[in-house]
Amino acid sequence: MRFDLQIIASLVEENSRVLDMGCGRGDLLEYLQAAKNVKGFGIEIDEREVIECVEKGLSVIQGDLNEETAGYADQTFDYVILSQTLQQVFDSEKVIKEMLRVGKRGIVSFPCFSHVAIKWQFLLTSKAPMTRELPYPWYDTPNIRVITLKDFRQFCREQGIRILKEIAISSHHRDESGKIVKFLPDWLAKYGIFLITKE
Amino acid sequence: MNEHGGRDAGERSLGIVEKKFFTFAEPPDEMPLESGARLGPITLAYETYGRLNEKRDNAVMVCHALSGGSHVAGYYSDEDKKPGWWDKMVGPGKGIDTDKYFIICSNIIGSCYGSTGPASINPATGKPYGLSFPLFTVADIVRAQKALLDHLEIPELLSLVGGSIGGMQALEWAVTYPGMVRSAVPISSTCKRSALGIGLSEAQRQAIMADPNWNGGDYYDRRHPNKGLALARIIGHITYLSEASMQRKFGRKLQENSAFKFDFSTDFEVESYLLYQGKKFVERFDANSYLYITKCSDYFDLGAQKGGGSLVKAFSQTEAKFLVISFSSDWLYTTAQSKEMVKAMKKAGRDVSFCEIDVDYGHDSFLLAYEQLTRLISGFLGRISDEGAARPTRSS
Repeated sequence: MRFDLQIIASLVEENSRVLDMGCGRGDLLEYLQAAKNVKGFGIEIDEREVIECVEKGLSVIQGDLNEETAGYADQTFDYVILSQTLQQVFDSEKVIKEMLRVGKRGIVSFPCFSHVAIKWQFLLTSKAPMTRELPYPWYDTPNIRVITLKDFRQFCREQGIRILKEIAISSHHRDESGKIVKFLPDWLAKYGIFLITKE
Repeated sequence: MNEHGGRDAGERSLGIVEKKFFTFAEPPDEMPLESGARLGPITLAYETYGRLNEKRDNAVMVCHALSGGSHVAGYYSDEDKKPGWWDKMVGPGKGIDTDKYFIICSNIIGSCYGSTGPASINPATGKPYGLSFPLFTVADIVRAQKALLDHLEIPELLSLVGGSIGGMQALEWAVTYPGMVRSAVPISSTCKRSALGIGLSEAQRQAIMADPNWNGGDYYDRRHPNKGLALARIIGHITYLSEASMQRKFGRKLQENSAFKFDFSTDFEVESYLLYQGKKFVERFDANSYLYITKCSDYFDLGAQKGGGSLVKAFSQTEAKFLVISFSSDWLYTTAQSKEMVKAMKKAGRDVSFCEIDVDYGHDSFLLAYEQLTRLISGFLGRISDEGAARPTRSS
């Protein structure tokens, strides 16, 4: 499993109910069900990935994550996970509010735009940076938001959201290994992972 | 023919299967219907495939739609050319695997494939029921199916799987007999039909009733209302297709000639195809059954009937897990209707999965999109089965 997903999994307590928003082929949920005995649910827009999830024995709803949380009652889940998707959603504020409505805790991860490589690239080329984590040109990218760890901390403060844990990591996009960044995370983290709550 | 009765090379089939009958509700113990009327005796034609395991917890009920019957899979004899209506889905190693599950399908009441319906002889009069057959609802169909399960001593269903009106039965089962139903798979179905659906249903009924041979439903000893029934089927058949699938199959292709005939015989291929579908259908279906079953599907409103107006309340009455499937091109039982059902299930706290399969066959997709359906249904049933194995054994 991808390194960032391993970190996310480590934040989830055993026997809990977990909703993964944008669960893809369900790798994380499948792991959580096997390793932590959680009851996993997913939302995924892609039909083929939904079918793969159902084949893995997961409960998954095909649909848009902006719409599909609406049906769940308040605090239905112990954890709601938004893994590497925040940078792709249009109404980010609403999505995070929704995740903390239907879940007691949220786990949000995103590629960090303040990484030193991005800073340098921008400074030297004056062009929209492209990296292994954010590999698309500006005119054809699913990543419509640029977010940094500081931005997210500020957002949480303004929204009255408590950050229970913040983990900065450095790993390549599909890599299974990586490391936790403790020194200068705002410069050296490739991804940020936040455990948040409204409680 | 090989040992599996496989006419399709390389595909395993159930081989020879047998239609059985079960009769109950003998007077004076007729089955009360939702309308207040009573019906009895009732015979149900049914088929079973696979083996019921020792714990009796691997039974899966397949629920058929408007014109289906108990003959889901396999062949009746070596000479039989056509397998059951869902043979591609039900059999050894298939989506609903007869090596793992015990499959039951019964012909619904009011139909004409061996179960008691308007064409059956009313024992009280010695004549076919015709329109004296009481109108029935999905709840009544399900109550009769429950009697069959009691007779077969099956204490619970691992799942119910059905498309269209079959999906309505699966939903009804889940909320009516919550202790018996572990899961349900409604496919291209709905919790209540739309005005469009009811309107199209009524157009089909009017086509039958406008045929003078229909004669108020009393035609069994004379000419049947074949023209009316064929027209009903033609209308129905169009509603099961989609613009894209019809366009692909027929386009504006002309029959025989390359020029218009300038008369009202058939010019276009699509016309002759539909006429043929209508003609074929009257050989196998009863016009009165068509009236009763379409009306039954129009009456269905799970929220109103089982939740006091609230679909969420209706789904709060069951612990069943759901897999809801819709098809992008189905304009008769739309994805929006499936999503409404999913939303209510979520609100009620149910464990539900939903998939919209992107195919352009229209409502008929549930008889065509086998690759996706097989993967979804076998995956889902496998999970329900595994979760069942992890349960403490039933005390009984």
